[in-house]
Amino acid sequence: METIGVIDYGMGNLHSLAKSLERVAGNQRVLVSYDVKALLECDRLVLPGVGGVRACMNELRRLELSELVVEAARKRPLLGVCLGMQVLLDRSDENGGVATLGLIPGAVVRFPDPPPADPALRQERLKVPHMGWNRVHQTRPHPLWDGVPDDSWFYFVHSYYAAPQNPAHTLGTAEYSLNFAAVVARDNVVGVQFHPEKSQDVGLRLLANFTTWDGEGG
Amino acid sequence: MLAKRVIPCLDIDAGRVVKGVRFEDLRDAGDPVEVARRYDLQGADEIVFLDITASADERPTLFKTVEAVACEIYVPLTVGGGVRGCADVRALLSAGADKVSINTAAVADPDFVTEAGERYGVQCIVVAIDAKRVKPRPGQAGQPPKWRVYTHGGRKATELDAVEWARTMAAKGAGELLVTSMDRDGTKAGYDLELLSAIADAVTVPVVASGGVGTLEHLYQGFSEGGADAVLAASIFHNGTYTVGQAKQYLAERGIRVRM
Repeated sequence: METIGVIDYGMGNLHSLAKSLERVAGNQRVLVSYDVKALLECDRLVLPGVGGVRACMNELRRLELSELVVEAARKRPLLGVCLGMQVLLDRSDENGGVATLGLIPGAVVRFPDPPPADPALRQERLKVPHMGWNRVHQTRPHPLWDGVPDDSWFYFVHSYYAAPQNPAHTLGTAEYSLNFAAVVARDNVVGVQFHPEKSQDVGLRLLANFTTWDGEGG
Repeated sequence: MLAKRVIPCLDIDAGRVVKGVRFEDLRDAGDPVEVARRYDLQGADEIVFLDITASADERPTLFKTVEAVACEIYVPLTVGGGVRGCADVRALLSAGADKVSINTAAVADPDFVTEAGERYGVQCIVVAIDAKRVKPRPGQAGQPPKWRVYTHGGRKATELDAVEWARTMAAKGAGELLVTSMDRDGTKAGYDLELLSAIADAVTVPVVASGGVGTLEHLYQGFSEGGADAVLAASIFHNGTYTVGQAKQYLAERGIRVRM
């Protein structure tokens, strides 16, 4: 039986993500754990994350999980979600600048603050955080997109966004004052800025695609 | 582009959905799991739970309810009421909440909002502002309206001005503001649009409009005149007057970008 490991480093809400994975995982087992040995035996890994990037990296390092993620990224399919996606890049500007895992070249930067209120433009003010449902445009084919209609709505909550150096590492974009990478991919590593576990049917479909992905075609 | 959100709100008392008028006269409106699942299927963009009793001995009931609901829905869930410290935030997030709403504890210690945001991420820290219009003193008619912040589920008045307080909370790191007009809550007379637009103009974080929806037109006004990023309603959905889907269809026809 194959196992999907959800990396638990003590921050945020793994409950929904684990439940959603269980729902789509068929007869695979979903293991939520911070045990490096147990996680290294998993066939696929999911790196979730909410909260500040500094606290996230501190916990990943303290539990020796950052090495695990880098090790896993050599061969296993790995999915980063939200902050778990952002730490796949080299560095983040959040919390005064933090070095991250460096699996995908590029940085994580903040959305520009909205201009001062203009009553005439009120409906168009782009607030930070970018919070709510936005459409994701698929920029190239990938097994993760199987059965997910282009420009589907996904649920986002974030103030920083990933800017991969290599355009080939962007798999999907969303528009919020600018076009940003909503999905990144490099070989067997993928990351989604939105919350698939909070994005109803299309989110579950994307998770299901990950659970059957062999890490190829990325 | 980002869609405007429609959010059904479930007031929870001792494990049941209830609905009151002006924060009083509570009536039973169903089982939280069933009601939440119904709204998820209807296309709700998020669901909000407010634990309106929030007495210490009923917290375990709330956690069980949150857990049961989180298993059944695939949209974000915000839970508020009775959040006193980081331990409560953590417990609610662990039970399956995606965001936690804070009111009284933020007034008692504004730095708590900063602390909780740094620990769990600002995206999951919602500050709820319960605001009531200050009656103008004789001779002050014609002055711009003012609102006072209330805590403890609307039972306790503070000295805080609601618009100033919204500014403070955004600066302290609130990820979103849930603005409820106590004058309008449960009255079906529509949102207090002046309150909403005053706050929406004052901050750069998302604002959720709450209190007073009786018609679909009111939802539209929350966006068009109130400047809200999301509209919250309870009675019109609980009573079955409208489904969430009908509300979104109406908004789309009026030119509001919603997720259909």
